[in-house]
Amino acid sequence: MFSTLSCGFMTKKYVSVVVEYNEDGNKIPKKIYLDDVGYNIDCVLERKNSASLKVGGIGERFTIKIGSNKTFLFFEKETEKWFVELKN
Amino acid sequence: MSRFILHSDLNNFYASVECLYNPSIRNKAVAVVGDADKRHGIVLAKNYIAKSYGIKTGDTVWEAKQKCNEKLVCVTANFERYYYVSKLVKQMYREYTNRVESFGIDEAWLDVSDCVKDFEGAFKLAEKIRKRVISEFGLTVSIGVSYNKIFAKLGSDLKKPNATTMITKQNYKNLVWNLPVADLLYVGRATNQKLNKAGIFTIGQLAQTPLNILKSMFGKNGETLHTFANGEDVSAVKIYNEKEQIKSIGNSTTCPRDLKTNDEVRAIISILAESVARRLRDKNLWCNTVCLSIKTNDLKTFETMHKIEYPTNLASVISGECYKLFNHNWQKTIRAVGVRVTGLGEKPVQYNLFNNEQTMQKKEKFEMVVDALRGRFGYNIIKRGSVCASKDLKELNPENVVHSIHPLSFFKL
Repeated sequence: MFSTLSCGFMTKKYVSVVVEYNEDGNKIPKKIYLDDVGYNIDCVLERKNSASLKVGGIGERFTIKIGSNKTFLFFEKETEKWFVELKN
Repeated sequence: MSRFILHSDLNNFYASVECLYNPSIRNKAVAVVGDADKRHGIVLAKNYIAKSYGIKTGDTVWEAKQKCNEKLVCVTANFERYYYVSKLVKQMYREYTNRVESFGIDEAWLDVSDCVKDFEGAFKLAEKIRKRVISEFGLTVSIGVSYNKIFAKLGSDLKKPNATTMITKQNYKNLVWNLPVADLLYVGRATNQKLNKAGIFTIGQLAQTPLNILKSMFGKNGETLHTFANGEDVSAVKIYNEKEQIKSIGNSTTCPRDLKTNDEVRAIISILAESVARRLRDKNLWCNTVCLSIKTNDLKTFETMHKIEYPTNLASVISGECYKLFNHNWQKTIRAVGVRVTGLGEKPVQYNLFNNEQTMQKKEKFEMVVDALRGRFGYNIIKRGSVCASKDLKELNPENVVHSIHPLSFFKL
């Protein structure tokens, strides 16, 4: 389901994501699956084009809130896959 | 009206992209190298750490490794990825102006005259772009801000990496004129030597040399150099995707192994000529001059050219003429071969009385059928028997354009 690339303290982890597309064609991630466990995304705080300097890759970066935790979720345009920066 | 032109240069582009995608090598000496199996095993780009060990572009891999005690991380070039990143960066530039002119994969000029009022505004915009490139692509960029393309390019070379340099009409004499003349665009090794012999060592000295002396030394190019050095270049930044007039079409390849016989050379020439002819037909052009370049195994290159009697777009004619140019009494084995055609024009209206037009048309139809077959089923669907004689040459595909990054000329139009 996902593959990983480890870079020092962080790992690039491709994940499955449930996405909603709005009428403008923008992506709104709703749920992500990490190790087969699903997590509902409560809200998307920010969306911007950005590079992930920690694990490598460029694309759209979504700052998402799951419960009280904030994290980044990336959509890599080159591979059209979603990934997160996971602490080792 | 004063123009405001930015020149952006992505620092160590190939190496930076590799470090971006693999952060674990970011703090190591990194060299991007060609495919050693295809005999392209040289350093194509390196990061600043590798540069500090004295590694240069063009070094062989073993040479480079020796320079930094085997600590070098060698990464094979991934041109598709570089194209992709370059495309994204240029897309971002186009948010500011439609006048974005690429100069190679990692450089571009941006004419921002319509979106800023003065140099201060241009500088602020350059800083904004520089910061966006870092945050959105994780790459560093050097930007030169000036009132003409030449000084903008010089500006981007002045401070590296990750900096913005402004060259205005007020400060250019201080900033530019003290630089060595070789830093100026279009002053290559030979021109530099010639200028040095005449006692011209800096751009300032070149700018103050009377025009007639430069003209007598370099002809028409002397005038260009004088214009460049004085910041009087008025060439416009082209609109993105503006069609350029094609002056020549060529294809060259480093062979999988050194060529030893005439038949092998002939086979390679015919492969290259087929690709060149197909591109001619694609663009609906005919050529009247063919050029053949040969690189021997001691890395010396020779080029010869020949005007043909009657314009053509046929691979059989181009390869035949090129083979005639080839020196059959060769001594050294051959490493690379290139076929190029120039003197391009639309379909000739004047038919030649002494040419069998019907045969030519038949040949053209035949080659178009081959093009169609390849277009539909891939390049390897049909091949010349002469090429199939050798197993390793058979696998050569000149139309694998992903790996073709062409050097660009400033005088494209």
